[in-house]
Amino acid sequence: MSDSTAIAQGVAADTHHAHPPYQRHHFETIAQQNDATNFAMWLFLLTEIMFFGGLFTAYLIYRNWYYPAFVAASHQLDVRWGTLNTLVLIFSSFTVAMGVWCAETRRKNGLVLCLVLTFIFGMTFLGIKTVEYHEKWEKHHIPGIHYSLQSFMDPAKDEAARAYGDKPLPLDMARHTEIYFFLYFAMTGMHALHMIIGIGILVFMIFRAQAGAYTTGHVTYVENFGLYWHFVDIVWIYLFALLYLISRHQ
Amino acid sequence: MNSHSDPIEHGEHEHQIVSPKVYVVILLALIVSTAATVWASFWELGFWNPIIALAIATGKMLLVVGYFMHVRSSTKLTKLTVGAGVFTFLILVGMTLTDYFTRAWGRW
Repeated sequence: MSDSTAIAQGVAADTHHAHPPYQRHHFETIAQQNDATNFAMWLFLLTEIMFFGGLFTAYLIYRNWYYPAFVAASHQLDVRWGTLNTLVLIFSSFTVAMGVWCAETRRKNGLVLCLVLTFIFGMTFLGIKTVEYHEKWEKHHIPGIHYSLQSFMDPAKDEAARAYGDKPLPLDMARHTEIYFFLYFAMTGMHALHMIIGIGILVFMIFRAQAGAYTTGHVTYVENFGLYWHFVDIVWIYLFALLYLISRHQ
Repeated sequence: MNSHSDPIEHGEHEHQIVSPKVYVVILLALIVSTAATVWASFWELGFWNPIIALAIATGKMLLVVGYFMHVRSSTKLTKLTVGAGVFTFLILVGMTLTDYFTRAWGRW
């Protein structure tokens, strides 16, 4: 309820207690507001965990059913790119955490620097992902009418498959590699979409931070953005393990 | 009621600021565990490869949740929310997988 309506309804002015400008009127104290926002942010993240959980479960079920196809298909991913991207995201999580600290201790320049670094790391991640996607495009590993089974039917002619010493798969099993790539693009694509949304919010925050918005004691926005970004990092930690690491041997 | 003017000092639960030293230690731990999980994936360990990779990933997740996401220094409400969420997640994924993985048991 705004001040003007309170007066219009004849509420005594002294019942309206003093509080910092960023405290909403329906909260008794700023601590209560912080608890409520933190709780709400975590509830949102739990819905996100369930959402990605569905994708992880689908991946594990199909991997269990079509194991040889999933092993052969995962050999088409380059562990070096995956490792590099994992490190990039870990560093971006660190810079976000440092950004929260800068906001809490009211260091405006530090906060802007941390957010800009996070932006750069986020773009680097997406750049590396683009390189990887492009390679899948060139090798016709994107599910659809142009999907090619050549790397799996004739692995001796495929550099990546040869490096792992893959044996040719029979046609009915080789066809299931398409499911691996479908799930690969669904999971990494959803993850990348979260990154793109995060980077959009980040750009908005960099401008707001420069105007001094988050260094006056009100850190909720930065803190909740941090929770979102760390969550996206955690999703990648699991994607890296599931897609790149666990099927390197037969 | 001017005590609200400085929320950091007068909050009901004192807002704890995690020190940058903690963040640096966690960053180093995450880098080391990433190196460890990649290194482990090069070894032929059969059944243990996925177990090790997922165990290290879970360790990294706990570090991020506990320290970067401040759950360790959060209120009991937050801890309970996160705990309940993970528990529900494990039930949903765990029960689904036990169903699918055991449907054909004994039929071959």
